[in-house]
Amino acid sequence: MAASTSLATEVSGLTKHYGEVLAVDDISFQVSQGELFGFLGPNGAGKTTTINMLTGLARPDAGTIRISGIDCTRNPKAAQHLVGTVPDESNLYPELTGFENLCFCAALYGMRKNERQTRARELLDTFGLTDAADRKFAGYSKGMKRKLTFAAGIIHKPPILFLDEPTTGIDVASARQVRQIIAELHRHGTTIFLTTHYIEEAERLCERIAFIVNGRIVRTDRTADLLKPVKGKNVLLLSISDAGANLSKEMASAFPEYQFQSTASGQVRVESSEPVNVGTLIRFLEERGIQVTEARRHLPSLEDIFVQVTGIEAGLMMKEKEKAGGGGNQ
Amino acid sequence: MKRWIAFSNIFTKDMRAYYLKPPNVSWGIIFPLAWTGMFFIRSGMGLESVLELLPGVVTISILFGTTSLLSVTLTFERRNRSFERLLLAPISLELLMLAKTSGAILFGIVNAFVPIAIAAFLADMSGISWSLVVPAIVLIGIVSTFLGLFISVSASEVFEAQTFSNFFRFPMIFLCGLFFPILSLPIFVRWLSYILPVTYGVDILHGAVNGEHIMSFTLDFLILGAFCIVLFAVSLRNIKRRWIV
Repeated sequence: MAASTSLATEVSGLTKHYGEVLAVDDISFQVSQGELFGFLGPNGAGKTTTINMLTGLARPDAGTIRISGIDCTRNPKAAQHLVGTVPDESNLYPELTGFENLCFCAALYGMRKNERQTRARELLDTFGLTDAADRKFAGYSKGMKRKLTFAAGIIHKPPILFLDEPTTGIDVASARQVRQIIAELHRHGTTIFLTTHYIEEAERLCERIAFIVNGRIVRTDRTADLLKPVKGKNVLLLSISDAGANLSKEMASAFPEYQFQSTASGQVRVESSEPVNVGTLIRFLEERGIQVTEARRHLPSLEDIFVQVTGIEAGLMMKEKEKAGGGGNQ
Repeated sequence: MKRWIAFSNIFTKDMRAYYLKPPNVSWGIIFPLAWTGMFFIRSGMGLESVLELLPGVVTISILFGTTSLLSVTLTFERRNRSFERLLLAPISLELLMLAKTSGAILFGIVNAFVPIAIAAFLADMSGISWSLVVPAIVLIGIVSTFLGLFISVSASEVFEAQTFSNFFRFPMIFLCGLFFPILSLPIFVRWLSYILPVTYGVDILHGAVNGEHIMSFTLDFLILGAFCIVLFAVSLRNIKRRWIV
């Protein structure tokens, strides 16, 4: 039964096993009406499984799901008219043209012929696909397929939108366009649940973010609040020829005003609330026979928080995704 | 109205994308033609055998037409994940699967009329009871399609679905009275005939075409209808259990 609520999505204790594997482990979160909520995590963290349960493509083992106040746990069909979904794969019909695909998807929501044709043309124009409207989906490029799949997800103007890795594997220009459309939809009041492994994308678009690792939500907060600890911080990344085991300790005692950390990629990360004096540091290292090949100022971002909270290197997470065929577009 | 729009568009899309594609149209004609030729010629009897063989040839055309195409279309859509689009639509699973199977049912019915059209040139068909033949063909079309649906839900690859289909289809040719009367079968396999839905459709057709049937038409129709309901319900349950995991 529908209830008047300001919550677009309410999830409590959601759990899902696939055989022995615990894919989603007792997660709970809420998404307010009109909010852009990000679900950030590495491959296999449980993002797609969560979306599948929210949209009715998977059955939860435990927990409850409410969409706009409607209990969808046992009857996922109850709120499907309110929801649009862009899956992680471009899954439209290869034998239909772009225009036919959009009209067909509109018909699934009961839209009348004139209405669906007008809407299809409008979306083809929005996504820059008008020239490809009469070409078969099978002949589209990866970026075009992704954009048309996105258009199909919003054909019926859903108030709630689930986006599963919408920019993964597409070219920079297409990814940029998709992000602009997400921002535009959000401005017009659409509630958006976005899963991504692109930290920069989540930081740029989302109002609130949940970090999910190994099926568990390890932190949920407003993006601005997540960024607070790194706001105003100065970070310098030094690429050096040979970092001895005790180098960070040695540097820390010489420069107590800075924090030092050796990274997995062999760099030294220097952090301070005051501007870092690069010259002094380089001289210090060179006096000890260590060559500095690069000194780069790093703008602290959500990536730093993500690494801190999850212990996962963001770079590794993206490489892993690319290896799995996701490509890259950052 | 919204449901009807969704239903009719799924049906129309499938007809255009699969059933009305030139290879399938030609297959839908050539296949029944081949069955017809094969049985009419191989029977060694004269033209008088045409009506005797017609119920079997009609049934075999429907059975192979519906099960083959439905299993291909469903497994194909499952593999490329476009079937998820349908599962995400705000229509009930019952309506969705009726829309997905209606194209195959129609294809099977059209297939049935290929041997009938040929027979019309070769034999006197004035004695045929069409009021029994037409509903029997429709019901055989439905039951074969739902059998194809049941098979498709159990398979994940097209070849798997085809192999599994043959597991049902070929024994049916021998066990359901298509060309050999059930009563002439060895007694220890006869029970198998009665648990296969096609038996009842063939019995109606034999009765309507040649006046020879072993059960009452009412019973045949009731059992065929019951098979349709059971196969559809079991398939839906399996879809919920296997495809929405």
